[in-house]
Amino acid sequence: MTQSGEPMIAVEDVEKVFDVRRKAAGRLRRERHRVRAVDGLSFTVPRGEMVGYIGPNGAGKSTTIKMLTGILTPSGGRVLVAGIDPSRDRARLSRRIGVVFGQRTTLWWDLPLRDSYQLVRRMYRIEDARYARNLAACVELLDLGPLLDVPVRQLSLGQRMRGDIAAALLHDPEVLYLDEPTIGLDVVSKAKVRGFLRTVNAERGTTVLLTTHDLTDIETLCSRVMVIDHGRLMYDGGLDGLHAAGDSERTLVVDFARELPPVEVPGARWVRSEGPRQWLAFPAGDSAAPLVAALAARHPLVDLSVREPAIEDVIARMYGAA
Amino acid sequence: MAESAARTRATPAAERTPGAVAESVRAYRLVVGMWMRSTMAYRASFVMTALGNLAATALDFVTIVLMFSHIHALGGFTLPEIALLYGTASTSFGLADLLAGSLDRLGERVRDGTFDTLLLRPAPVLAQVAADRFALRRLGRVTQGVLVLGWSLPRVDVHWTVVNVALLPVTLLAGAAIFCAVFVAGGAFQFWAGDAAQVQNSVTYGGATLLQYPPGIFSRELLRGVTFVVPLAFVNWLPCLRMLGRPDPLGLPGWVDFAGVPVALLCCALAGVVWRAGVRSYRSTGS
Repeated sequence: MTQSGEPMIAVEDVEKVFDVRRKAAGRLRRERHRVRAVDGLSFTVPRGEMVGYIGPNGAGKSTTIKMLTGILTPSGGRVLVAGIDPSRDRARLSRRIGVVFGQRTTLWWDLPLRDSYQLVRRMYRIEDARYARNLAACVELLDLGPLLDVPVRQLSLGQRMRGDIAAALLHDPEVLYLDEPTIGLDVVSKAKVRGFLRTVNAERGTTVLLTTHDLTDIETLCSRVMVIDHGRLMYDGGLDGLHAAGDSERTLVVDFARELPPVEVPGARWVRSEGPRQWLAFPAGDSAAPLVAALAARHPLVDLSVREPAIEDVIARMYGAA
Repeated sequence: MAESAARTRATPAAERTPGAVAESVRAYRLVVGMWMRSTMAYRASFVMTALGNLAATALDFVTIVLMFSHIHALGGFTLPEIALLYGTASTSFGLADLLAGSLDRLGERVRDGTFDTLLLRPAPVLAQVAADRFALRRLGRVTQGVLVLGWSLPRVDVHWTVVNVALLPVTLLAGAAIFCAVFVAGGAFQFWAGDAAQVQNSVTYGGATLLQYPPGIFSRELLRGVTFVVPLAFVNWLPCLRMLGRPDPLGLPGWVDFAGVPVALLCCALAGVVWRAGVRSYRSTGS
């Protein structure tokens, strides 16, 4: 990955220490605690890359994103985004980045979706032609046409999220941060959002950093994944490597025609049974096909499905292995 | 207000261009426009609250009028004289409340994390926060203040010299600026104490009520407090006493009657410092 020189995002030995006050037992005075939310974090993201940024709750993901946008000032280390120090030049940076907080809308609740976009146009001083072009692209790819004149409060969660993503892209940002963009969305909405992000990344070369709890987001979008826990980078590489590092397992859920004793097949491990349904775990890197073939050869099957490992499990296993 | 918004916004020096005032005004107007349109989405509700507001503030003055049906003077002040105090205090406070009153809700935005989204926009943050939840119904208080003031002016015994004529509008604007500064400083305080809104209300709403009565009826300690700590006395008391040709109860030198403008500027500058410190503290502690 050696596109045009400078990385889009450069994080070097970054720390963020919070003073947390809490009541000490039996005393009137409060005790001060120092919490290292981010602890010596370093990474770079080249222009045009799409990176998944994952980790358990409280790992420091949001704190990192807030430092990358200039909302928070790091306690130590250096951050550069598009060549700008976010905490010193927040307003200048704001014109070059787009931010979507999955749980917090920037749209105007009581006004038609279109009005929120008009405000973005004026605040960012987007030229009319560019605004028209970008809005048209978002409307088409995110299916916003019928929603533009609907007050935001009447939109479903998935529609609102699509609206929020479009709002973050109207000013042509070079970097897009997405904090849980698919949280709470149904399958169709998730697919739409993912497809759109892929297009934006491919056509505009937008650098994307996204946090998520959904491994499928990462699988379908990101060539690279960074895992953070306790404010430190635990893993940085491809998704395959993550599964290998975490020894993670996928689960094959099989419905047999009748209740059977725990089946034994090479390459898989019986986990549990419930009536005719059985759960079998197999390494995430392996294909499910030979397993299914082996099972079908021995017993009549009614139905089956493959479940991806949850991020929490993958990370928990990484620690188990470490 | 716009000027103070520009002067006090929390941005690094590199960004403080000559157009900073214009930028703040522009952002303020953009956000106000959105809120007015949002209000109009519930037209009936807006009309009801606006009427309710006007009725409530009108009754406020009716109380004083009723009081005067039993007494002839309060603290040595006749009804038209009280109306002068009431009108000036209400107009100044009403203007400040209309322009910057939403700052007392800043704590909510800090608590629920939506303050972050304001920081992400390429617009001065103080202007955005001041315009937040802009409510046109607050125009009711200004209207009522101006009406009471208009009623009092031909009835008070003031010798309308050039000085006294000029003093009136200057007093109204300086008073509004002082209240704006209190709103900004109080809003900034909510970065540290998210639920400080009630303390702020006691100074703003409480202060406005205080100023509607003659200073002579309050204790000297309170008068000192509103002169030297939170300089609300400069909003209307001191200039009005001069217009009416009455001594002020603290016996301050005569020139302080004209100190409204410098005091207002000082308040705005201080509020700016506090605001910047507040935003800085937010950005280093997070939510």
